[in-house]
Amino acid sequence: MRPKIQLLSPDLIGRILREAFELLMNPGVRVGSAVVELLQSAGVEVRVADNIADNDRVARIPEPLVQQCLASAPRDFYLYNRQGEKAVHYGGDDVHFDPGSCCVQMLDPDTLEARQSETRDLVRIVQVTETLPQFAAQSTAVVCNDAVVSNNAGNYNDAPSAIGDLYRLFVVLQHSDKPMVTGSFSAAGLQGMIDLLAADSGSLDKLRQQPRAIFDVCPSPPLNWSEFGSHNLLDLARAGVPAEIVSMPLAGGTAPVTLAGSVTQHAAETLAGITLHQLAGPGSPIVWGGAPAIFDMRTGGAPMGAVETAMLNLACAEVGKHLGLPTHGYLVATDSKFVDAQAGAESARSAVLGALAGINMISGAGMLESLACFSVEKLVIDAESIASAYRLVRGIEIRGESLATAMFAQTGLSGEFLKLKETRALFRQEQYLPSPVIDRSARGSEPPSDIFTRARTRVDELVSKYRKPSLSEDVLRKFQAIVSREADKAGVAAQASGKPSILSS
Amino acid sequence: MPDTLFGAMLQSIVDGAPDTAAELAQQALANGVDPLEAVNRGFAVGITFAGDQFGCGEMFLPDLLASAEAMKAAIKVLEPEMLKRGSRREALGKIVLGTARGDIHDIGKNLVATILSASGFQIFDLGTSVTPEQFVAKAKEVDADIVGVSALLTTTMAGQKAVIEALDRNGLRPRVKAIIGGAAVTSKWAAEIGADGYSRNAIDALELAKNLMGKGTALA
Repeated sequence: MRPKIQLLSPDLIGRILREAFELLMNPGVRVGSAVVELLQSAGVEVRVADNIADNDRVARIPEPLVQQCLASAPRDFYLYNRQGEKAVHYGGDDVHFDPGSCCVQMLDPDTLEARQSETRDLVRIVQVTETLPQFAAQSTAVVCNDAVVSNNAGNYNDAPSAIGDLYRLFVVLQHSDKPMVTGSFSAAGLQGMIDLLAADSGSLDKLRQQPRAIFDVCPSPPLNWSEFGSHNLLDLARAGVPAEIVSMPLAGGTAPVTLAGSVTQHAAETLAGITLHQLAGPGSPIVWGGAPAIFDMRTGGAPMGAVETAMLNLACAEVGKHLGLPTHGYLVATDSKFVDAQAGAESARSAVLGALAGINMISGAGMLESLACFSVEKLVIDAESIASAYRLVRGIEIRGESLATAMFAQTGLSGEFLKLKETRALFRQEQYLPSPVIDRSARGSEPPSDIFTRARTRVDELVSKYRKPSLSEDVLRKFQAIVSREADKAGVAAQASGKPSILSS
Repeated sequence: MPDTLFGAMLQSIVDGAPDTAAELAQQALANGVDPLEAVNRGFAVGITFAGDQFGCGEMFLPDLLASAEAMKAAIKVLEPEMLKRGSRREALGKIVLGTARGDIHDIGKNLVATILSASGFQIFDLGTSVTPEQFVAKAKEVDADIVGVSALLTTTMAGQKAVIEALDRNGLRPRVKAIIGGAAVTSKWAAEIGADGYSRNAIDALELAKNLMGKGTALA
């Protein structure tokens, strides 16, 4: 029996969806101009509201249309690795983990200070993630401030948003064979990223058939599919590249304070997103994802390590599962600024909860400081929590005819279980054998080490074990051509700045 | 019994009870209490107390917002009489606020606006996704003391720098101070882009604004 956790009764899921459908009609959903025509041609009323910004339109989306779009959304799909093997199954209760995304800072293990993240940090994260089986997918984990800032030609503003997303994907693709969870910073940036993935796969058709990446697309709470979000949904649906809707209500801040109310808002935002997406590309892969959190009433922040945040993630995923859709959540993160007991407690707790809930993709490992800072040392510690969570959901398994009597028949009362062939044959299945990051040793003559010290050693070991994938010259040339083209479009004059070219990573 | 009245005023703000606050303000006017005194000895003491309570973790953001709403309700009743008497409460300063270009997340900015406004600053809120040019134009128009730019996203933080550069280009600094805030913003970033200040929450923003106006209790 696989252990499971459920927070919502079938009755409550029914109520959540009923109210979510009500919200889609009243007050309706703000949408970008990009989707107005699409919605209107499906018979949706889109009006200009008085009390909101000029470009905003409010759509009232009727339940039958949403139901039709839910019916065309695939129940499951796969992400593939570079070798063309199925590596992530979005569907059922299969659980996968990937590192958190899009941090701006990196915890320096020497100084314990948070500093701006750079390309070398992203590469190190990718290298460690590549070697750890706990992570089924990579993520474009940190912003590469060095690449972004290298343009000092006066258009600093536009450089990070225009090219930063593409650049991160470019770095990850060069260093990993695994599938990846990524996202675009702008409507314009997406096409370059899809081109990059298509170049990696061989063609856009091949990318569609065996997608290597999934894109996070975020509505803005409450009930707002902004110009950028709407646009991305449409482009992804039309390209047939998987999209993951990451709705992020903040309970009490940008959403109802009650957990049930926030789950309802999440459902409405996600249903609206699926409708836009499936209208543009029926059958295109889409995930019921999210990064819901409570709103901290002292700091105004989003505490990612709070148990209520985990509860929201679980409950939102449950609604998605009820609808038969693949799911995603944001867990295994902490609000602590150090890799300390709080970080371990919060991250391990939510890793276990997420696995018990059967969430298909769980993002967030490695993240500190409410998603503002990344630590690669935390990533290897989180990997241990994740392995334990995987062990837990395998549950208590029955092996052989008897549970104990057959083994006692051999040992009698001698207690010599260590000698039994069953012991040797089965202990690897029965027990998760942790890496040296986890200390189970008896106290010896050497002074004991703390987990952060052991994690640092482990990171170095994994990095030295890592082997960079060999990409063909042809593919690399294509990559560079795409990045150069997009950089030109964005006016990024990397060469002129005197700093290393963004192509040299 | 003005002391009891002032005590009740304080309490109405701490309780976050706009109706009671407005009623007490009416009562003060009916009894001939100087409206400025009602603010300074009653309501404003309440908002300061609420801020302190928030600072030490006894009150929370919803409480603080309710206090600010109650303050607004009291001032609304008292303002006409203050104007009549020529004893208008002197604004602590004029602040232009908005979120950086491309950023539509305004919850933090709204909190700052509410708290600063309740504490006696005059706020000009430009809303969301504000261009550097709009910040500059408004700052000139109202002769602002401070310009505050909020950014939640790492990708829109660069917009804060753009505003500071625009203020510089237009010769508004150092007279106009530039302050920044937002989830991803750090003091390091503030220093890097040459901001005059940064705060991590609305109550700290109040202290920061007071300090920049030379009216703070302590300099950071």
